[in-house]
Amino acid sequence: MENKSTSPAVQLKGVYKRFGKVVAVQKMDLDFEEGSLVTLLGPSGCGKTTILRMIAGLEAPTEGEIYIKGKRVNDIPIHKRNLGMIFQNYALFPHKTIFDNVAFGLKYRNVAKGEMQAKVTKALEMVRLPGVEGRMPSQLSGGQQQRIAMARAIVIEPDVLLMDEPLSALDENLREEMRREIDNLQQMLGVTTLFVTHDQREALSMSDKIVVMKDGLKQQEGSPEEVYNYPRNHFVSDFLGHSNFFGGVIAGLEDEGVSVKLQDGNEFRVEHPGDWANNAAVELVIRAQKFELTYLDEAPPEPDMNTFDGTIKDRSYMGGEVSYFVELESGTMVHVIGIAKLTPFKKGEKIRLHVAPRHCGLLQKDKAGGDARPAK
Amino acid sequence: MQSKRWKPWALLSPALSAVFLLLVVPVCFIVVYSFWLRSPTGADIAAFQFGNYAKFFADYFYPSILLRTIRVSLESVALCLVLGYIPAYFFYRSETRFKSVLILLIMLPFWISFIIRTMSWINILGDTGLINHYLIKFGILSEPLGMLYNEGSVLMGLIQYLLPFMILNIYVSLEGIDKSLLEAARSMGCTEWQAFKEVTLPLSLPGLSAGSLLVFVLTAGTYLPPMILGGPKNEMIANLIFKRVIGTLDWPFGSAISVVLLGLLLIIVWTYNRYLGINQIFKSLQGE
Repeated sequence: MENKSTSPAVQLKGVYKRFGKVVAVQKMDLDFEEGSLVTLLGPSGCGKTTILRMIAGLEAPTEGEIYIKGKRVNDIPIHKRNLGMIFQNYALFPHKTIFDNVAFGLKYRNVAKGEMQAKVTKALEMVRLPGVEGRMPSQLSGGQQQRIAMARAIVIEPDVLLMDEPLSALDENLREEMRREIDNLQQMLGVTTLFVTHDQREALSMSDKIVVMKDGLKQQEGSPEEVYNYPRNHFVSDFLGHSNFFGGVIAGLEDEGVSVKLQDGNEFRVEHPGDWANNAAVELVIRAQKFELTYLDEAPPEPDMNTFDGTIKDRSYMGGEVSYFVELESGTMVHVIGIAKLTPFKKGEKIRLHVAPRHCGLLQKDKAGGDARPAK
Repeated sequence: MQSKRWKPWALLSPALSAVFLLLVVPVCFIVVYSFWLRSPTGADIAAFQFGNYAKFFADYFYPSILLRTIRVSLESVALCLVLGYIPAYFFYRSETRFKSVLILLIMLPFWISFIIRTMSWINILGDTGLINHYLIKFGILSEPLGMLYNEGSVLMGLIQYLLPFMILNIYVSLEGIDKSLLEAARSMGCTEWQAFKEVTLPLSLPGLSAGSLLVFVLTAGTYLPPMILGGPKNEMIANLIFKRVIGTLDWPFGSAISVVLLGLLLIIVWTYNRYLGINQIFKSLQGE
């Protein structure tokens, strides 16, 4: 712990991975702080699992260096890396008892019998499944099996804990519970953890740092709040949450932002600190949750909002919230997610749509790859 | 609810009648025959007596052939296990696109007559066969090596016949092993070899035991390899039956030997099921 600040727990430097002609990961630089939980988030095929497997030693990088605790591990085989791995399908040994499963890593670390017993008992207590030592994996439920897999991974006190979509085989309610449990356990043990997922809720709720990936490239890296509130490009703002995108040009510069003229003729005031030139092509990004809907005769929720009239075209009630598709008078469709009131708006109803300038974000147009300006 | 009770039986009846007609009835015939008498004139006389069985166990001659059959069957199981695991494991780990073609090649020998395949070993192992020809030609030997008509050549013939069964059985159970189990084992400190011992081998046991049982039963009932590739000392129980039934037309005694063999195999299969606990192995796999 004393040299905590000197080197990151895990570090990737210029890592590439090619499978034949397919580039799975490109120019990847990553730093994991000691004790942090880092999430690789992205759609399937974005290379996130490949990164995990390279850190594990199950794949060798085509180019670049990987360091664990400051030591270059490119040439160190997997069994000497001191890792804990957790798999989507639990990967418990079906022919071994729970005790033998959990003690497996200890056996290969030449831990004495008595100590092994104590460690296994403690690990099972930590995952809140004491007393199941004698059972077989098939006698446990999916959630319990995943906890055993956790116990098996942490009992060896790994330098890094690698989790590959550990929750996706569980059903919705259990997933939530396990997510909190993993989070608590990780904080309690303070073990550096890499979590791979395609589920933004998992990523947002438990990470210290999220790395959003697409096509093997890092799209954005930052805290959950940063990545969610300030997506750097179209992909990130689209992938995290529900965003509306409108193409337009800068129509006027104001004191506290700019005014954007959309293709449909509507003008939005956007509070945005960036430097923008008149007539620059931009993409206006507004999250579906940031809109407010009122009846035509109601007062706007707050002064100085962008206000448009429209009609509810479609609506899906989801209990806690309602998702609307609103057609503006200009013909543009807007996706709005609102907190469900007792009487939600009905399909076909005329409504007024409001959004505050501070909730509008801007991206530079036609730069899919990366360097867009932060949108608020 | 009464009406529903006969339904499963009605649906099963085609299969059941096939099994009954093709399996149960012939076996019953054999069992009945085994109690008949053979008159000195050669006619079979319907009777119920144990003379044929008494004859079988009267001295050491017939039981010794039975014991030899068991020994050769065990040997062929052991050889097939070792020789079959290697290609099966290779198929399992191989990532070639031609995997299915390779597996098809394993089946290829089945398209050639078993007799031809067995006979061809004479051309390979015989005194003027391939191996002896070259050994003499290159001056390694001056006299041909007697490789035929012994237990070795019989086993050779048995293995080339039975190996595909073993390979396929092992391969299927290997293919069922989740590869992330191996990765998990490796991540916890196992070398490749240790992971094999801890995970792959125990989880392929169902295939190993199924293949072994199949090879054992097939060996115990086969008569061609010992007949073609073996000498008089390599006779197995099926050869005995063949000789009695086809050679001397002594159906009652031939049937009695068949029933003894059948009884022995039943005992082995039953013991196997009971003590090797295949069911237990399968149960443990259900969690996956």
